[in-house]
Amino acid sequence: MSDVTALFFNAEIMAKTAGFLLDGLWMTVLLCLVVIPVGALGGLVVAVLAALKRRWLNIALVIYVDVFRALPPLVLLVFVYNVPPFAGYKISELEAVVIAFLLNTSSYYGEIFRAGIESVGRGQWEAARSTGLGWWQTMGWVVLPQAVRNVLPDLVSNTLEVAKLTSIASVIALHELMFAARSAQQATFNYSPLILATVIYFVLLWPVVRLLSRLEHRKIAAR
Amino acid sequence: MAAAGRHILDVRGLHKSFGTLAVLKGIDFRLRERELAFVIGPSGSGKSTFLRCCNRLEEPTSGSIHVDGTDILAPGVDINAVRRRIGMVFQSFNLYPHMTALGNVTLALRLASRKSKAEALEIGRAALARVGLAHKAQAHPGELSGGQQQRVAIARALALEPKIVLFDEPTSALDPELVGSVLQVMRDLRETGMTMLVVSHELQFARAAADRVVFMEDGVIVEQGPPEQVFGAPQQARTRAFVARIDGHR
Ligand SMILES: Nc1ncnc2c1ncn2[C@@H]1O[C@H](COP(=O)(O)OP(=O)(O)OP(=O)(O)O)[C@@H](O)[C@H]1O
Ligand SMILES: [Mg+2]
Repeated sequence: MSDVTALFFNAEIMAKTAGFLLDGLWMTVLLCLVVIPVGALGGLVVAVLAALKRRWLNIALVIYVDVFRALPPLVLLVFVYNVPPFAGYKISELEAVVIAFLLNTSSYYGEIFRAGIESVGRGQWEAARSTGLGWWQTMGWVVLPQAVRNVLPDLVSNTLEVAKLTSIASVIALHELMFAARSAQQATFNYSPLILATVIYFVLLWPVVRLLSRLEHRKIAAR
Repeated sequence: MAAAGRHILDVRGLHKSFGTLAVLKGIDFRLRERELAFVIGPSGSGKSTFLRCCNRLEEPTSGSIHVDGTDILAPGVDINAVRRRIGMVFQSFNLYPHMTALGNVTLALRLASRKSKAEALEIGRAALARVGLAHKAQAHPGELSGGQQQRVAIARALALEPKIVLFDEPTSALDPELVGSVLQVMRDLRETGMTMLVVSHELQFARAAADRVVFMEDGVIVEQGPPEQVFGAPQQARTRAFVARIDGHR
């Protein structure tokens, strides 16, 4: 066995650490299942509130979105994890990740939903309102369904980024896939666990990439 | 044929400005039950704005508007309830593209009129039948011709049993061969006694079907009267000039 094979593609080490990595994978999946809906929902709220066009509310939303889009997610996460203890609250790793991701991803999702809402023409609003639908009813039944459809590729693309971003949870020692891979690498003095994690990430996310590609092509074709 | 009846629409001293641009400069207008009035006038004269003030898609700057006896500008008025009594048909149809024809027609029945699902479907199907599109209930707008889309839009307005329907250039976006089907629906609607206020340049239709033609220019009503008079023997020089111009264009 060559040195490279032994160091990077060591089947024995992969087999030995696979269970450990699988635990990490479940945590990554769990993170995605929590963080993506929470972030998307937060973004939806931001975008719908922005559509109300209330002056002060809009100023507050612009500040919120700008601040959390400007901050690097890693910085945000470390901040959210380390500051609450000073206020007497011992925050769990999972809580810190969920909060940091809510702040970061909701501002991105928010901008996407906002673009979608703005892509729906004034005529749709007027038609709905002229039949006696209220603002919220029009938003919920007429505008949002079209808005989401118009920005679906962007939503999927952002979701892909969020899923990948969950790997930064490893810096606060949350036992997700990246953390498991790094730990296994350090324990075995071998890079094979990282290779294995890479493969797992790819297998997990490649279908999403394919979906995105198809959505983008469909959008171009529909023009 | 303007049967004596109460006024469904009663507009007095209507002014509307966009910022410093005065668009409506004192409109007084009354429409009786079952009456069909046609509004004509040059581009930018304020015809659409006038119509849109009547259901408060535009907020009037001053004046009063009563619809079927209700002061629609009164503070605290339930504007959504008011709008259910006022149908509106747009030049660009504005159908909801993500819903079927039947979905388009039943949405407000469910959400605004709070009808049960079964009842909404029944009313919706009947409304589509009235415009000759019962067989297209499950089609999406993208699968319909422009004329069919506009008829679905009319059905959407009719389903709510409005007291009056406002039409803003309902045939202007249509290919010429599709105009007839929409006008036919409007003619049928007139037969049933619907009160209608129509902005349109379909002069033949106006001659045949309108009780009254209203000529607007520059934010005021310059002249109004029966079609024979406004088209045949206009009293005002401005009306004469406009009528000569549009007649020449045909
Ligand atoms: N929302 C708005 N903001 C500013 N100006 C407006 C607005 N809506 C209409 N206007 C202006 O008001 C004037 C009258 O417009 P309106 O659409 O009522 O005319 P119209 O008679 O319907 O014309 P057309 O025959 O071209 O449809 C125009 O000068 C137009 O630019
Ligand atoms: Mg107009």
